[in-house]
Amino acid sequence: MKEGTERKLIIDGKRLDGRGFEELRPIKIEIGVLKRADGSCYLEVGDNKVIAAVYGPREMHPRHAQDAKMAVIKYRYNMAPFSVDDRKRPGPDRRSVEISKVSREAFDPVIMKEYYPKMAIEVYVEMLQSDAGTRTAGINAASVALADAGIPMTDLVSSIAVGKIDGEVVLDLTGVEDNNGEADMPIAMIARTNTITALQMDGHLTKEEFKRGLKLAMGACHQIYELQRAALIERYSKSEGREEKKRD
Amino acid sequence: MGLEIIADIRKDYVCNLVRGGKREEGRGFREYREISVERDIIKRAEGSARVKIGDTEVLVGVKVELGEPFSDTPDKGVIITNAELVPLASPEFESGPPNENSVQLARVVDRGIRESKAIDLEKLCIEEGEKVWIVFIDVHVLDNDGNLVDAAALGAIAALLDIRIPNERYGLTGENTLPMRDTPVAVTMAEVEGNILVDPNFNEENAATSRLTVISNADGSLSGMQKSGSGGLKEEEVVEMVEIGIEKAREIREKYLSPL
Repeated sequence: MKEGTERKLIIDGKRLDGRGFEELRPIKIEIGVLKRADGSCYLEVGDNKVIAAVYGPREMHPRHAQDAKMAVIKYRYNMAPFSVDDRKRPGPDRRSVEISKVSREAFDPVIMKEYYPKMAIEVYVEMLQSDAGTRTAGINAASVALADAGIPMTDLVSSIAVGKIDGEVVLDLTGVEDNNGEADMPIAMIARTNTITALQMDGHLTKEEFKRGLKLAMGACHQIYELQRAALIERYSKSEGREEKKRD
Repeated sequence: MGLEIIADIRKDYVCNLVRGGKREEGRGFREYREISVERDIIKRAEGSARVKIGDTEVLVGVKVELGEPFSDTPDKGVIITNAELVPLASPEFESGPPNENSVQLARVVDRGIRESKAIDLEKLCIEEGEKVWIVFIDVHVLDNDGNLVDAAALGAIAALLDIRIPNERYGLTGENTLPMRDTPVAVTMAEVEGNILVDPNFNEENAATSRLTVISNADGSLSGMQKSGSGGLKEEEVVEMVEIGIEKAREIREKYLSPL
């Protein structure tokens, strides 16, 4: 329900949480947080807390859904019942079905599916605490978890939303901003090639605002890409270092 | 298996045509198939429209019923959009609960109507927190030859233009009409072989790497967008698609969404 006007979201050129228009919320990334999963990632963006796990490649069930030429990607975005103010009824609803589809398609161009015919690569994303921008946080976590699982990919996928509040195009809306704002536009992107792999928008934007928002979001995806990359390098330079010592 | 082989052959055929600057049906890249909109065709519905885009055919019915508002919007009516991909419409469709394609179709149609604020939801409030009108928009796909989104979205707004509020049925008095405040139009484009094709048919959809739906309002502003498909798009392509989408929407709006 986007109504605008009800509440001031920008005061003295700053947003309610003190951020500037083009500023991301703080992001924290931890890798390999789950024992049983083949790859995993815990990620925070502001007040969002999300955990992603990757299983596979493993045999695709049901078998009639196998693809003889390539692996099938399964992606499940799920909100924990306690992740939002009004308890969410457990299980998939229409919103999460749509988000799962769009998120899965965001990874289609990077995962080398043709390496694993008849197999499934499964991505499970659980929102533990949400404050707007959960689908993009989920994609960022899933991307790192896929890398952690050793799934062959041409690159990481990075994701963020832009929106409009009090008539201004701003980056990375919080829940309050999203609920009282005028537009929300999540994108996902392969940062190295500037290829957009997911794009949604709802609300009200002029063509000029759209163009500005797209540029802003794409720039932010580059920042997120660097954070994802840094987290992976940190995780793997440690354990590899240990292995090298053993070999010596 | 047979179907898969045929699909591959069709895909190659479409790609070859596009590489040579051509499309099936002899269409230009920016050209819609023939569109027809018939309004007010279902007597029992409070609004209805049958939309054909080429061989794609969609029937949209609007029912208006009395119900309770959501707790966070006690003074507003409710819009509920649903889409059924019935097995009659395509060999790919199966009966059963809605799958991700029908959910996406319904949610994109809903997004255009809701975010354009075409329906004045406050006018649908009868008694704050107690009684409001619920507008059910049901998309019934009859024949799927591609681009269901544009057909369904056009059907939805066309059906809403003639919506009647059934006051008498509930023993109420009040305004029986509900003028729309905007006319959102969805325009879907597919990328095939690096080219942007407006209004992809079924074969073109299968040959496309990605699709983008752009929903725009009467003033040329945007109310919704949705990318689907497994490919990626460049910034220039997205911007071009948005510009084409707004322009094509204007043409469709002028031709098919004028008052009866």
